[in-house]
Amino acid sequence: MTKVKTTYNRRTFLKTTALAGGGMLLSFSWLAACAPSKQQVAQLPKNWFNLNGYLKIAENGQVTIQSPNPEIGQNVKTSMPMIVAEELDVDWKQVIVEQAPLNTDIFSRQIAGGSQSIRQSWKALRTAGATARQMLREAAAANWKVPVTEITTDKGILFHKNSGKSATYGEMAAAAAAIPVPKEVTLKDVKDFKIIGTSRKNVDGQKIVTGKPLFGLDYQREGMLIAMIVHPPAFGLTLKSIDDSEARKMPGIREVFSINTYPATMTRGAFDVDAFPEMAVIVGNSTWEVMQAKKALKVSWEPIKPYSFEMDGWRGKTTVNVPAGLESSETHSAKMAELAAQPGKVLRKDGDPDTAFKNAATIIERHYTAPFLAHNTMEPMNFFAHVTDEKAELVGPIQTPEFMEKSVAARLGLPLEKVDIQMTRMGGGFGRRLYGHFLVEAAVISQKIKAPVKLIYTREDDMTDGVYRPAYHVTYRAALDANKQLLAIHVRGGGVPDSPVHANRFPAGAIDNYLAEEWSVATNISTGAFRAPGSNFIASAEQSFLDEVAEAMGKDPIDMRLEMLQRAQSKPVGEKNDYDAARYAGVLKLVKEKAAWGSAKPGVHRGVSAYFCHNSYVANVLELHLKDGKPVVDKAYCAIDCGIVVNPDAAANMAEGSVVDAIGHALYSKLTLKEGVPEQTNFHEYRMIRHHEAPKNIEVHFVKSDVDPTGLGEPIYPPVFAALANALYKATGKRFYNQPFFPEY
Amino acid sequence: MAQFKLKINGQWREVDVDPATPLLWVLRDHLQMVGTKFGCGMAQCGACTVHLGKTATRSCVLPVSAVGDSPVTTIEGLSENGDHPLQKAWLEMDVPQCGYCQAGQIMSAAALLKSNPHPSDEEIDAAMMGNICRCGTYTRIKKAIKTAAAK
Repeated sequence: MTKVKTTYNRRTFLKTTALAGGGMLLSFSWLAACAPSKQQVAQLPKNWFNLNGYLKIAENGQVTIQSPNPEIGQNVKTSMPMIVAEELDVDWKQVIVEQAPLNTDIFSRQIAGGSQSIRQSWKALRTAGATARQMLREAAAANWKVPVTEITTDKGILFHKNSGKSATYGEMAAAAAAIPVPKEVTLKDVKDFKIIGTSRKNVDGQKIVTGKPLFGLDYQREGMLIAMIVHPPAFGLTLKSIDDSEARKMPGIREVFSINTYPATMTRGAFDVDAFPEMAVIVGNSTWEVMQAKKALKVSWEPIKPYSFEMDGWRGKTTVNVPAGLESSETHSAKMAELAAQPGKVLRKDGDPDTAFKNAATIIERHYTAPFLAHNTMEPMNFFAHVTDEKAELVGPIQTPEFMEKSVAARLGLPLEKVDIQMTRMGGGFGRRLYGHFLVEAAVISQKIKAPVKLIYTREDDMTDGVYRPAYHVTYRAALDANKQLLAIHVRGGGVPDSPVHANRFPAGAIDNYLAEEWSVATNISTGAFRAPGSNFIASAEQSFLDEVAEAMGKDPIDMRLEMLQRAQSKPVGEKNDYDAARYAGVLKLVKEKAAWGSAKPGVHRGVSAYFCHNSYVANVLELHLKDGKPVVDKAYCAIDCGIVVNPDAAANMAEGSVVDAIGHALYSKLTLKEGVPEQTNFHEYRMIRHHEAPKNIEVHFVKSDVDPTGLGEPIYPPVFAALANALYKATGKRFYNQPFFPEY
Repeated sequence: MAQFKLKINGQWREVDVDPATPLLWVLRDHLQMVGTKFGCGMAQCGACTVHLGKTATRSCVLPVSAVGDSPVTTIEGLSENGDHPLQKAWLEMDVPQCGYCQAGQIMSAAALLKSNPHPSDEEIDAAMMGNICRCGTYTRIKKAIKTAAAK
C-alpha cells in the first residue's frame, strides 16, 4: 500500500459537493501526477487550480466518471475511468463514462499526443478514486460508530465485519459528501488490482457498431451551412484572384470569398502549422452542392514570395522563415544526399570516433531514406463553428483544444473566455489533428458569414493540404576491427525539414566511440508530427543497420543487441543516455522466447527489431514468405514493456493496429511532389495497406511489471519497419534502404 | 431538383434533391442519417458502404436517381436493436479503435455473409479489401467475421 497526500503538489485539488437528489460529487484535478518540464511550468494556464474532472456517486450506487482527454482511438475514454474505478473499488458494471465537456478554461493538458494520457494522469486518477472511497468509509464508520480502519469495501459495498453491517456506496454517498476531503489517502497495492489489468470493452463500442453520431463530421445544428475550401494546387503558390461568376450561380450556393487564416502580423501558436493561409471558400446549403461549385470555381494562383511569421512555440517565440519556390521530391532527395555527404551539427561525441574509423579494418556505411507521408485519417479534416459578436463556439475533432482556443481568440480578436471548443470523438489522428488550422478556418468563415457552418475537407483537400511526415535521409557508419569487433558508430541524419536523430538513445551509451550529427533542409511544404515523430524513421534505419552490423560481426542479431545493452547497463558510456538498458533487453528476451527465435521454419523468413521511445520498450519479430516475389507477412510477435497495462485487450488491439500500420507505410505509402504539386490526391493513387495484406496472426506479449504505466499509441510503431526490412533481407538476400520498399506494388 | 422516394431501412422516405446527388449525401445531409461515413468520395475506401438490395454498394458514387425501388439498408437499419451477429461479434472482439470506418466494414461483411455464410479467409479478403481501416484493425475484423459466421 502506498500513502499519498491528496495535496501532494500544488496542482492537486479535490472538492466534494452533495448532489441535489442525494449522492456525492467529487471534483478533482487530473493533472496531479503531471511531471512537466520547466518549460511547461512556465506556461501554466491562468486557471491552473480549477477542477477538471469528477466522479459522481448517485443514491442508487451508479458511478459516473468523466474522461477529460481527447479520444482518438487510443481508448482513453475507457482506460482512464478504469483507473478511477479501481481505487474507488466499484464494480465496472456500475460505471458510466462521460466525455467531459471540453472547456479549455478549466481543463489542462487536454491533449491527445505524445502517448502521455495514461502516464501523466496515472496518480491523479488513482488518488481521486481512493479519496472518494476513503470518504465513503469515513461516512460509514461515523454512521455505524465503529473505527474507520475496520471498514472494508468490495464492488461498491461497504462492510463492517464485526457487526455484520453493510451499505452500498449509494446509501452512504450523501453522508460522504459532507466529510472534509482527507489530506492523505492510501492507494492499493498493485497485486490487489481487480479492474486494472483486466480487459474491458470500449465504452463507445455499441454506438460505433450501430452508427450513432459520434464524430465531428456527424455534428449537425439547426440552420447550419456547409463550407469547403479551395487551397492552392501547389506548395509555393498563393491566392491571386477568384472568378466566382459560375460558382455563385449554382444551386444551393450562398457565398464565395477568400480568407486569410493567419495574417502575417498574427503570432501563431505551436500548432498553427499551415502552408496555405490564403485560400478560397464556398458556402452553401448542402455538401454535394458545395462540392459541385468547388469544381466550377476558377481561382488564379501566384508564386509566394519568401515570408516569415512569429510563432510562439515550444522553444519560446521564434521567427519562422518560409522559402519561395516550387519544390519536388527529386530535388529534395538530391539536396538531402548532398548534405548527407557533409559534416553536420554535432549532437553528441563519445570517445574518439575519428581515430576509430581511421584504424578500422572494415567500415560499413549505409544510407536510409523515407518520403513524406500523409496522415490520411479516415475522417477528413472538418470543424463546426458558430461565431457571433459575443462568442465563438466550435465543435469537432481536435487533438489540441487548449492550444487552438488561443489561436481562435487571437485570430478573431475575442477574449479567451469567449471561445468554447467542444470535442467529438476523432476518426483517427496520428498527429494530424494536432494542427488545427481547419478549426481556425471554420471560425473565420463563420465570423464572415454570421452563421453556423461546418467546414468539410474533401479527401483531396485533406491529402494535398500538407502537414506531412517529414522526408528523411540518415547515414549510419560502423567501424570494425580485424577481429570483427565493433569500434565505433557514427550517425548523421536530417530531413525536409527536421532531423530524426535522437543522439542520446541506444546505441549511444553502449559503445565507446560514438558520433551523432544532424542537418536540415528548409521547405515551404508544411510538416508535422506523425505517429512517433522522428522515431518512426530513425528506428527503421538504426535497427536495419544493426542487423547488418551483427551479420558482419558474425553474430545473431538478438545476441548482438543484448551484448551491447549489457555493456550499456554495466558500464554505460556517457551520462545522458535516455533509456533503461535492462528494460530494453527485457523486451528482446521476451520476443526471442515467444517467437522461438533461432528455430528455423522452412519457407519462413524472419526479422527482428527493438526500439525505445515515448517511455516504452518494444521488440518485434516478423515472419514472412514471398509470393510472386512480393512479401506476405504471415505473423508478427510484439513484446512490450509499458509498465502496468491498464486494459490488456485494448492495448493488444493498438499493438496489432500498429503492426499493420507500419507494414503498410514501410511497403507501399509515399507522398511525392512535383513542382510543388502533391502527386497523390486520393486512395486510388496513395497506396494504403488493405485487408488481404495484413498479417493473419499478431501475437502481443507484455512484460509483467509493477512500474507505473507509460505510453502505448506511439512506441509500438517504430520498430516494426526494421523487423520487416530485416525479414525481407532473409527472404531476398537484398537489403532494403529506401521506403517504401515496394512502391509500385 | 427532383423528388425521389427511397425505401431506406424498411421505411419510405422522400427527398427533393439534384438527381446527381450521391446517396451518401442524401442520407447524411437530407435525412440526418450519419452512420454512413464519408471517406474518399470515389469508392476507394468503403467507409460509405450500404446495401442496395443485398449488394454492398459505395453510396458516395451512387446517384440518388439510380436507387429506384431497390431497398437501401444502412448501418442504422442493419438490425433492430444493434444485435446483428456481426455487431455482436464486433463488440465481442472489441474491434474498433477510432471507429470511423467500422460501419462500412460491418456493412461489407454483412453483405458477404448473406451471400456466403461460411467464407474462407481468401473470400473474406476479397470481399473486404475495398474497406480501408487506417487504425489497422484488419486482423480483428477477420476474427469477428469468422466468429459471426460460426454462429
